[in-house]
Amino acid sequence: MSTTRLHVDWTACDGRGLCAELLPELLAEDDWGYPVAHTGEAEPEVPRQLQDSARRAVDRCPALALRLVQR
Amino acid sequence: MTTVDAPAQVQLRLLAGPNDGRLDTHLGRHGRPPVLDAGRLVELLRAAGLTGRGGAGFPTWRKIEAVLRAPGTPVVVANGSEGEPASGKDRALLAYQPHLVLDGLQLVAAALGARTAHLYVAAASADGVRAALAARRGAGLDPVAVTVTVAPEAFVAGEESAVVAAVSGRPAVPADKLRRITESGVGGAPTLVQNVETLAHLALIARHGPAWFRAAGTHDEPGTFLATVGGAVDAPGVIEAGYGVRLGDLVDAAGGPASPLQAVLLGGYHGGWVPARPELEVSRAALAPFGASPGAGIVLALPAHACGLAETARIAGYLAGEVAGQCGPCVNGLPRLAGTLGDLAHHRARAGLPAEVRRLAALVTGRGACRHPDGTARMIISAMSAFDADVAAHLAGRCLAADSGHQGVRR
Amino acid sequence: MTDTLWYFGRGSGVVSLVLLSVVVALGIGARSGRTAFGLPRFAVNMLHRNAALLAVVLLAGHVVSLYFDPYAQLRFFDLVVPFVGQYRPFWLGLGTLAFDLMLALIATSLLRHRLGARTWRIVHWLAYLCWPIALLHGWQTGTDGGTWWLRTVLALCAALVVAAVAWRVTPSFARFPARVPRRVRILEEAR
Repeated sequence: MSTTRLHVDWTACDGRGLCAELLPELLAEDDWGYPVAHTGEAEPEVPRQLQDSARRAVDRCPALALRLVQR
Repeated sequence: MTTVDAPAQVQLRLLAGPNDGRLDTHLGRHGRPPVLDAGRLVELLRAAGLTGRGGAGFPTWRKIEAVLRAPGTPVVVANGSEGEPASGKDRALLAYQPHLVLDGLQLVAAALGARTAHLYVAAASADGVRAALAARRGAGLDPVAVTVTVAPEAFVAGEESAVVAAVSGRPAVPADKLRRITESGVGGAPTLVQNVETLAHLALIARHGPAWFRAAGTHDEPGTFLATVGGAVDAPGVIEAGYGVRLGDLVDAAGGPASPLQAVLLGGYHGGWVPARPELEVSRAALAPFGASPGAGIVLALPAHACGLAETARIAGYLAGEVAGQCGPCVNGLPRLAGTLGDLAHHRARAGLPAEVRRLAALVTGRGACRHPDGTARMIISAMSAFDADVAAHLAGRCLAADSGHQGVRR
Repeated sequence: MTDTLWYFGRGSGVVSLVLLSVVVALGIGARSGRTAFGLPRFAVNMLHRNAALLAVVLLAGHVVSLYFDPYAQLRFFDLVVPFVGQYRPFWLGLGTLAFDLMLALIATSLLRHRLGARTWRIVHWLAYLCWPIALLHGWQTGTDGGTWWLRTVLALCAALVVAAVAWRVTPSFARFPARVPRRVRILEEAR
């Protein structure tokens, strides 16, 4: 049973914070403004109802650091 | 560092025989390597149960199968960069038995149908391996050409994707893994990156068979491994032993403790602290309850009169300085983690420091392109547990090491 | 009819330039990671994007109406090849150049997911070239360069962008000033 997960390319992420605004149910900001999952997972699962917002976050990220992956 | 002759439980296989690095000695002792096809190689390795000796301990036959499954002509890379300062086994192996490593490299390259092979080594090993390769060229031993790349002296330069970047001519820093290296590595080709020690074992398994390999070690963790024993021992060096060897035997083979020991860091700077019990067996199974593993064979002995927290803070500071610099949580988190631990270790303690250390360790874990922050966090958490008495003392304004009359040993 | 084209041509040019100045200021400000005027960060980002698209639409209107206006004497390839025009070729040419740069900026931004961050970023730096060129073109090409209202508009545009740049270089620009910057360690290598 594969799930959709949000992957952060940490070599690209610049902590601009748009994703945490667009996916507040999934992400918060850490001490330095980088996105961190509420669950603490490296690749948080994106439930069906959040997939549109997640796609928007992936599209809007100024650093192109986000990707949705199937695991 | 020198190798030491083996007492009973410690065995010499890789490091048996004249360790002069010469081709004629090698051929005289081992003969020319056999040629194996992919199927036979995988079968042998699976039966032998060889796992990677670079620290991760992944079954070698599985990795090779993954590369075989991926489309495209594979590339093979032997990783002897050994960025870990407490480790010397790869350098020793490349100096004493380069031809075992190079045999293994050719065996795998031929079996996989690779047309290019890379050897990634520390600067200290470069001249020696180049000479070894030249001698082999003269003897017609290397059908697959080997390119030597010198690794920068950096902790993260030995990480798998950093290795791929370095041999491809890019800076030796880890990459975001879009796809597994076994599917897409050097030049987008399926790439097999193996530690040099793994390849050396492979070269012997190809000659002597899986049963011979399994005659050492334990049933679940067969074979020998190279341990770099250092710290508070009288004759630090590289010791070869089968998995399951008693910690005490390893320390004895390195001259014995220089003074009574309190703890040992196993696996390297990303490893785990265990109590200095001589009967403790060095194997995944025996170490798992302590949150440790043999890793890449590093055994760092801490004397009783040193402060475990101070030593951990020193290592954490080193690791914080060794970040590649690419990933925000690591670049920011590791120095903060090291600083917080430093406060605890050097009597700037305040209540809530242990909780802050744990919070930061959890914050950096998993949030980087490589496992540098994860490994650093893991080592620190294991220290908080192994040295819990020290943590309590430091919070109360005391230090167990200072109380015992000595200051911590500093390198 | 030709008068209409002429007025529309000038008007759309001026509005396009004002929008472009706003776009540049927003683009610079977006790097701070701050919210602006009560708008969340992603909204500031969308405002930058949408204002840029609107600017290019008005810019297209400016180019097309002037192409059809006989007074402007534009031939087709004056629209994309700079400095070969018949009327004030240098200043007109700057406009053509700015138009070409805008097309590159918009195209690469719309295709950024396919091009990758590095290519996109390199081309996007051309915005710092595009804007002053557009400003100079706007000032010197048309017949309005001497009027007080155009000079005022241009001065305000310039002030806006200069203020944004000045803010960019102050230490309090970023939302997390204590953040350690990400910079790849260039490790010494012996080959």
